[in-house]
Amino acid sequence: MADLSCKIAGIDSLNPFWLASAPPTDKKYNVVRAFQAGWGGVVWKTLGIDPPVVNVSSRYGAHHDQNRRLLGINNIELISDRPLALNLQEIRECRAEWPDHVIIGSMMAPIEERAWKDLAQQIAESGVHGIELNLGCPHGMCERGMGSAIGQVPEMVEQVTRWVKEAVDIPVFTKLTPNITNILWSAEAALKGGADAVSLINTVNSIISVDLDQMVPEPMVDGKGTHGGYCGSAVKPIALNMVAEIARTPETRALEISGIGGITTWKDAAEFMALGANAVQVCTAAMIYGFRVVDDLIDGMSQWMDDQGYSSVDQFTRKAVPQVANWNELNMNFDTKAVIDPDKCIECGRCHIACEDTSHQAIAMNAKPEGGKEFVVIDEECVGCNLCYHICPVPDCITMEPVKTDKPYMTWPQHPLNPMRDAAE
Amino acid sequence: MTTQQAKPALQTGQMSAVAIADNFSDLHPPFSTLQAMAESNRCLYCYDAPCVTACPTSIDIPSFIRKISTGNPDGAAKTILSANIMGGTCARACPTEVLCEQACVRNVAEDEAVEIGSLQRYAVDHLMARNLPHPFKRAEATGKKIAVIGAGPAGLSCAHRAAMLGHDVTVFEAKPKPGGLNEYGLAAYKMTNDFAQREVEFLLGIGGITIEYGKALGRDIALADVKSSFDAVFVGVGLGATNNLGLAGEAASGVDDAIDFIENLRQASDKSTLPVGNSVVVIGGGNTAIDAAVQAKRLGADEVTLVYRRGPEHMSATEFEQELAKINGVIVRYWAKPVEIKANGRLMGMVFEKTALDASGKLVGTGETFEVKTDQVLKAIGQKIKTDDLAGMEISGGKIVVDDTYQTTAPGIFAGGDCIKSGEDLTVQSVEDGKCAAIAIDAFLKTA
Repeated sequence: MADLSCKIAGIDSLNPFWLASAPPTDKKYNVVRAFQAGWGGVVWKTLGIDPPVVNVSSRYGAHHDQNRRLLGINNIELISDRPLALNLQEIRECRAEWPDHVIIGSMMAPIEERAWKDLAQQIAESGVHGIELNLGCPHGMCERGMGSAIGQVPEMVEQVTRWVKEAVDIPVFTKLTPNITNILWSAEAALKGGADAVSLINTVNSIISVDLDQMVPEPMVDGKGTHGGYCGSAVKPIALNMVAEIARTPETRALEISGIGGITTWKDAAEFMALGANAVQVCTAAMIYGFRVVDDLIDGMSQWMDDQGYSSVDQFTRKAVPQVANWNELNMNFDTKAVIDPDKCIECGRCHIACEDTSHQAIAMNAKPEGGKEFVVIDEECVGCNLCYHICPVPDCITMEPVKTDKPYMTWPQHPLNPMRDAAE
Repeated sequence: MTTQQAKPALQTGQMSAVAIADNFSDLHPPFSTLQAMAESNRCLYCYDAPCVTACPTSIDIPSFIRKISTGNPDGAAKTILSANIMGGTCARACPTEVLCEQACVRNVAEDEAVEIGSLQRYAVDHLMARNLPHPFKRAEATGKKIAVIGAGPAGLSCAHRAAMLGHDVTVFEAKPKPGGLNEYGLAAYKMTNDFAQREVEFLLGIGGITIEYGKALGRDIALADVKSSFDAVFVGVGLGATNNLGLAGEAASGVDDAIDFIENLRQASDKSTLPVGNSVVVIGGGNTAIDAAVQAKRLGADEVTLVYRRGPEHMSATEFEQELAKINGVIVRYWAKPVEIKANGRLMGMVFEKTALDASGKLVGTGETFEVKTDQVLKAIGQKIKTDDLAGMEISGGKIVVDDTYQTTAPGIFAGGDCIKSGEDLTVQSVEDGKCAAIAIDAFLKTA
């Protein structure tokens, strides 16, 4: 069985699966249950300066598919609403009782040097392996000048990171908000500030739904709603891109990455790691299914690693990064066509109507002499867009087959139809 | 009482009233909202969907199922009812296993169709339970009067569509209640409560339809008189006569038509008061035969034997219905035909001759016979049209001849339902006939 142990920011972990700073890591009771279930580490729910915040009721909104499966949650809960001393005492106990498991202390404070340094030192003294700076919370705390109010200003990201690095001698993770125009600016700021790693993404600012009877955004708090932090599998694509951007950009690639954002299955985790994450954090999947989901994360990743011949996680970490390119580096001469396997086709007609109405009219629907219909790709019209392949409800019924060609690799900057093409070409 | 005595024939009370009530509750219980959500999400929302083609009324099935899945069941019901105003009955009574559900693409890879019938019932029941105003509006009044003979599925469907198109409709019905076979002919566990009547009431909500009861064609009204008083006539009289075995003793007490047995079951407010034999023999191979056999069993008959002259593959009863008979303990005997009724004052038994196909494929008796002791025989060997009252129109193959526009050979007189040869003799086909005939009558009146 593959070795799942990993190291991030100098911290050894039994496996790359940590629980993110959130309600599941609010107190010792939960954290102990998480460690019992097999999680390698936790990032304790964000600590602030006393007095603790007060939370509202209710706190979660949901984005369901039509089968009531949760694709995403948004929340308007704030940071830990328990006294700092109680949290620190429970951290100490957990560290003593679970010495092999990682505990990271998440924190936030107003933009004052003393506040950050004092709180960081208090948390460090509880014995945590590292500190994560919550600069991302897009609701509530930002109205008090914290959370994303700091994370959206690169200079502040750098400043806060530097303050904490100066105050403690344990690894510092700067947690980044996705609610910005370019993730590289804040990543670079974290690097300049001395961060050992960045954690991303925090939640996406959102209104998740509207109660159409009461005409109030959800979640509702006595007839009003507010924007909140969106998480869960729906945000995974946003997070993957930001992780990849940091991992492939020369100015930021030195940063280690704790990948966060809708990781639900072992496959999601492997994708984050292939694109740059040294380890991952999970929250929503545990909130939906309980801590037991770690069993699939561990088992699925081990199986896959065994099948692929990977004996340790660093053998595939960042392995997909070199293949992330700018659009201008793609081969314009590559061509692929959809192929429909008539034996697997169940004749639902969805590929046809999708292509006919919204794409390139490249799938003909013909009546078969013996009854029923056949769907045939018109190669001259097919641009290889993949739409039919994704829509087809039958796995492997539609495949995308590359067209054999003798044409050379040609990018858009080299393309004869490009009016901006380099004259020297 | 120490010795076992033969029970008297055709007795009641063989089962408790509670057990019988349970036996005649919904064969397919209605979907809960949760079931409807889960099942509607199994629908792939096919384009040019084969289920629509397979539905005689061409209900836009993918659209109505999608509306259920998006939390719009009343919209789903309107989609259904716009194509089939008796979507509620059809959801319960249609042999979906040979219609829409047989065509479902989910059968191909998973061998399990989307339960279209149950979803249709969910939507229509949802709308009807809300007692909203009738969902369809009548067109501007045309001043034309249409007579409909027969308040069965064909007649009522025709009346509804004709009223919707702006005509005034008078329906003449022989029985005291409307609904035709929906009311009198479907197995009780397929149409529980008073759904047939509630559906008619809903349908009449369109307005412009009057029903006159106790008006049988040939007895109380004459076609010629009706024709002269109305601008057009629709004949939806169904098949009013039954076939006979042609055996001596057929009039003996205990030899009944299966459709009468079924009708009595449907009309009885307390089914435990209905008499049923100890050993019931049902003769026939259609869904009526199955309905009679299963219901006899559920009414408390000790033994029910269904005898059919050919093999299971020749039965017009669907596979689901045949299976239903078996799981209800009905003994099915194939390849035998009745040759003698044994009666001695009362019915004693029935003699059958085994059958086979000869070299030319013709069904012949083999000469070998066997006897089944029975105290009740239910004949389900088909119905036929009562021709006496249909003078002036051509009848062929036991059905009224109609052209592409449902017009009979008598100008201005249209026909539909089981009395014409369209598709199978099913409620859903009758609804389609009535709807299309109304559209054809509308066109006829505009050009007349």
